[in-house]
Order: sequence, then structure tokens, then C-alpha cells
Amino acid sequence: MTRIYVPCDSAALALGADEVASAIAAEAAKRGADVQLVRNGSRGLLWLEPLVEVETAEGRIGYSNVDADEIGALFDAGLLSGGAHEKNVGVVDELPYLKKQQRLTFARIGITDPLSTDDYVANGGIEGLRRALETNGDAACEALIESGLRGRGGAAFPAGIKWRTVRGALADQKYIVCNADEGDSGTFSDRLVMESDPYVLIEGMIIAGIVTGATKGYIYVRSEYPHSITTLNRAIDRAREAGWLGASVLGSAHAFELEVAKGAGAYVCGEETALLESLEGKRGIVRAKPPVPALVGLFGKPTVINNVITLATVPIIFAKGAAFYRDFGMGRSRGTLPFQLAGNVKHGGLVELAFGVTLRELIYEYGGGTASGRPARAVQVGGPLGTYLPESQWDIPLDYEAYAAVGAVVGHGGLVIHDDTSNLADLAQYAMHFCALESCGKCTPCRIGSTRGVEVIEKIRAGDTSPKQITLLRDLCDTMVSGSLCAMGGMTPYPVLSALEHFPEDFGLSKAPSQKAA
Amino acid sequence: MTQTQLVAPAPQELVRRHVTPGASLMAILHAIQDDVGYVPPAVVAPLAEALSLSRAEVHGVITYYHHFRSEPPARVTVQLCRAEACRSMGTEALAQHIEAHTGCQFDNGHQTETELESVYCLGQCALSPSMMINGELYAKVTPQKFERLYAAACEKAGAKANSEETA
Repeated sequence: MTRIYVPCDSAALALGADEVASAIAAEAAKRGADVQLVRNGSRGLLWLEPLVEVETAEGRIGYSNVDADEIGALFDAGLLSGGAHEKNVGVVDELPYLKKQQRLTFARIGITDPLSTDDYVANGGIEGLRRALETNGDAACEALIESGLRGRGGAAFPAGIKWRTVRGALADQKYIVCNADEGDSGTFSDRLVMESDPYVLIEGMIIAGIVTGATKGYIYVRSEYPHSITTLNRAIDRAREAGWLGASVLGSAHAFELEVAKGAGAYVCGEETALLESLEGKRGIVRAKPPVPALVGLFGKPTVINNVITLATVPIIFAKGAAFYRDFGMGRSRGTLPFQLAGNVKHGGLVELAFGVTLRELIYEYGGGTASGRPARAVQVGGPLGTYLPESQWDIPLDYEAYAAVGAVVGHGGLVIHDDTSNLADLAQYAMHFCALESCGKCTPCRIGSTRGVEVIEKIRAGDTSPKQITLLRDLCDTMVSGSLCAMGGMTPYPVLSALEHFPEDFGLSKAPSQKAA
Repeated sequence: MTQTQLVAPAPQELVRRHVTPGASLMAILHAIQDDVGYVPPAVVAPLAEALSLSRAEVHGVITYYHHFRSEPPARVTVQLCRAEACRSMGTEALAQHIEAHTGCQFDNGHQTETELESVYCLGQCALSPSMMINGELYAKVTPQKFERLYAAACEKAGAKANSEETA
């Protein structure tokens, strides 16, 4: 019997993986070949999708960009024994793109069937949960602090401190909320976890519940991710059957229940307090802080709210110890970050590495340059609210503090690469436009500032490049940064000002640095 | 509107079908939209009453979220990602092509059997540009690929693939 893997992740599905799987099954039946088809997760080598793998004595041999029409030809070429073909990429684990990575959070991704609890346990799953059940909650919080894990959604707040606050709060009910409202362009790591290794997120949330005393969890997933929602719901059912969820987690005295809640297309619901409002069934309007959600969160109760990657990283920290995780990384940025190579890049995908790697290494050593073959010009790091970095900044190590020092953000590690045909003034205007579309409307700088921002940039692009307009734009950005209630209005100026600073020629301004004084 | 209200179940029936104990308003609205394709405005009042909310609160939630729609969808809905990663791979040029090909405009409701909608990120940023047609996800879309997918979607939905007014 030959085992063949065809990913079921939505990236593969969007390129016809279901048709490929059906074609393989039909072809195998026609030829009387004994084939077991496994729908695995994606390896994160997205430019190779659909990536079909065949188990052989040498390892799992990959065939890239497989089309359903060519399955017959692939069988003729000896697909079942890893036969030579122009689409044969060799043993997948040996591909440098994968081999050079430091996959901790994503250790299982693409290797296993995302819904198989047996696969999960056989590949190191549930080990962290067992350890957590043996550990005193205070010690568990200290261990998480020691690991150096910071919120991977972008804000980089130490996860252990948040957990300790919730643990220390007195309440009849506490909640664990997973922020899976991954709305930022250039990011797909949360989606990959949910679709390709959902149990690691579930395990992380159960651990959070046990440590903090919360018995109920919610995963708030954006409505644009229907595949993630389906996979998570199935995984939750199976986790319950396996005794991981329910009144007695792994036979212990701890109870934990989990539920998926579906968003409805509001970007600002990725902001934690807006998300909580939405989860309560209301309009996703940002709440003023304090009080912090750790004390007054969902339905007014103490709530751990963490991003998918933060929670999905918890199991390995508990399984292998805080020191193991802390020993990756640099400075105060400990551990690894799943970087996401996106946009105009030849080899787009997920690259999990320790903090400290540079953009240049990621773009060229992993990404292989641009998809268009033209010179790369600007990289937006950290989503639509992140800055555009010109080539002069591509050697700064990706570290929260090093990036903050130049006014940039690492965020969740999403990189959108733009080539030399890009127009940064257009992208700056788009940033303001997007803020105007998605502002929750609660605070004035965001609600009105974004619309005024679109207008001012339009005027500049139409030729009014007088110092007055530039000053106006800078003043407006200053008001938004200082006066907005949350990052939506408070960080929209980041892409705008960085575009103006580093690419003034796109605004019709001279390249001289004189604008800075204006 | 009047035509579709004849087909959609009565508002009271929708409330009876989808209001379950403990379910949040968001979850109920999703259930209604999944059932009939949109949230009929006539459902607001009975829904508010069933949940002990004001009509303003229910209306506010429906109109706040882009996902909820108060009118029935077109037979073919094209959702194209217009966010940064897709922009870096030419989604704006693709959008122009789509408008020319279908004779429709983005984010302008639907006067024909096709509706074009801008969305912001479908999570396929390494395989841009991406889109959904009637909920089916597609990545690395080119103008030629779009035309093929669109024709197939129109055929499947029994819709006209051009901009002629529907009777």
C-alpha cells in the first residue's frame, strides 16, 4: 500500500487540491493500485501548492503545483514510487526552505492529518497539557513568564503576566478567548494553525484554562475563514470524544469547554475589546481601557485574550520547558516567530525562525526575490498598520525593540513585498481609505481623521505638494497617533508616514530629506 | 424586494427557527443569513422582541458588520481581495478587468444577476490575487482564469454572464 498526501488546507483547496485528490483516487482505482489517500495540512511552502507527497523508503517525496489533469501522466512517471518527473521536488523534509527553519509552534504542520487525534499524540501532542496538569498554577505562570513568550498578535505583551493577572482575579467565572480575527493582509499563520494543526490551539487554550481557573473558551474566527471554522468545529468534537475537553480534562478535576464564534467582516474586531463586544453579540465598538480584559473582560469577567499563535505556542513551552523556548531569539524577543512571506514574492509561505533574522535574508534566501522578477522596493511588516521599510532598513534584525527603535513594528511577522512598480503614495492613500472603511467610529481622530487623510493625500497626488499640505498631513497623523483609542486610528499613520518619509518621489516631492523639518 | 419577500419564510418563522436559548444575536443573524441568504428587514422587530433588545440594537448590529446583508444576494457574487498583498500582485488591474468583463461595478449593489464586492484579505496572501465566487475560494487569479471561473459559476447558478437587466 502506498500512502499519498494531498493537503486540505484552504490554500491548497484554492488551487484545486480537492480535484487533485479525486483524480488520484480515480486513477488509482483504474489501475488497481493500492493507495491510501491522506488529507494532510499544508507544509506552509505555499508556492508549491498543491503539493502532493508520496511516502517512500527515502522519505516523503513531493510533487509541486499538481494539476488534476496531469495525474495520469504522473502515474505513468511512477508517482507511487517517487518517480522522476519535472514536478518532483525530492524529499520535502530536505528542501532548504523547510530544513533551515526552526519550527516549534509549527512542528507538526503539514506532516499530520489535522483532524487525527492519534497523529497529534504520536507527534508530541498533549504532552504540554499533561505537564500543565501536574504543575501548580502559580509555577505555570512563572514558567510562561520565564519563557519570554509575548503576544504574537502584534502587541507583544508578555503572555505570562496576562495569565497571572487572570489567575489572581477573584470571580465565579473566567474565560479564555482566542483572537482568530486574522484580518491583516499579509498574514496567514493563524489560518494555517486552525486548518492544519487545530489541536495545538485547542491544547493551548485548555492549558490556559487550567492555569488561570477558566472553564470556558471561545475562538473568535473571522467569517472570511469558512474552512478554518469547519476544521475547528470538527476538531473540537473529536477533542471532546478524546476526553481532552469536557467536565474532566484528561480525567482530572478540571473542566474546560470550547466553542467557535464567527465574526462578520469587521476588521476592527481584531482589536481585543472590540472582539469582546462582538462576542457578546453587539456591534464591535472598542472599549476604553482600563479596566483591562484580564480583570473585566468577556461579560465583565476576568478573561485571557490571546492570539492564535500565542496560544498555539503554549503547548511546546510546557512540553519542553521554559528554558528550551527562551534559548531561541535575541534581546527581549524570545523564541520564534512564524514569518509570513506574502505579496510579490517568488516563494511565498510560512517561515518560522528565531527572532533576529533580517528582512533581506527572508526576502532573498527564503523568498527567492519577487514573483515579478523585478527589484523589490518596499516591504510592509506587521500588516496594514505596519510601516513600509525601504531597502536601507532590510538589515535590521527582526526584534521587537530593534524595530521599535526605527519606528517600525514586527507585529505578527507578516511581510508584504512590493516591487519597483509599486506606488507608495497610492498605498498610503489606501491605508487611510481602509481606516475610513473599518473605523468603529467611537473616537474622532480615527473616524474623521481617516477620511480627511484620504482627501489630503489625494490633493498632494494631484499636484498640490506645497509645504502646507505636507504639514497638514503630518499634523493629522500626529492627532491620529496621539488621540485614537486603539491601534486602528493610532497606527494607520505608520504606513502613511513611512511611505512619505522613504518614498517622497511617489508623492511628487523631491527626494531631499527637507520634508522632515516641515 | 417585494418579489423576494414572497419566497423568504415569514419573519416569525425565521425567529422560531433560529432563536435558540443562549445564542448571541450575532450567531442568530448568521443562522438566518445562512438559511435564506440575507437578513430580511422584516425580521428586525420580531427578533428584537424575542431577545428583549431594542430594534435599534438589532438594526445596529446588522448594519455594523459588512458580512450581513439586508437584501438577497445576486445569483453570482464575486468577492475580490483588494488588500495590500493582493495589490502588490495587480489586484487593481484585475478589478478593472472584472468590471469591464461583467459590466458591473464593485461595491454598487446588484442591478443584474452578478454582484462585485471588495473584500479585505482572504488569508491567501502568498498566492495573490485571491477571490471567492459564490463562496468558493480561488488563488493566483489571472484575468483568463477569472473569465473561466466566472463562466462556470454563471452556468452553475443559471445566471446570465453579462450585464443585461433582469426582468
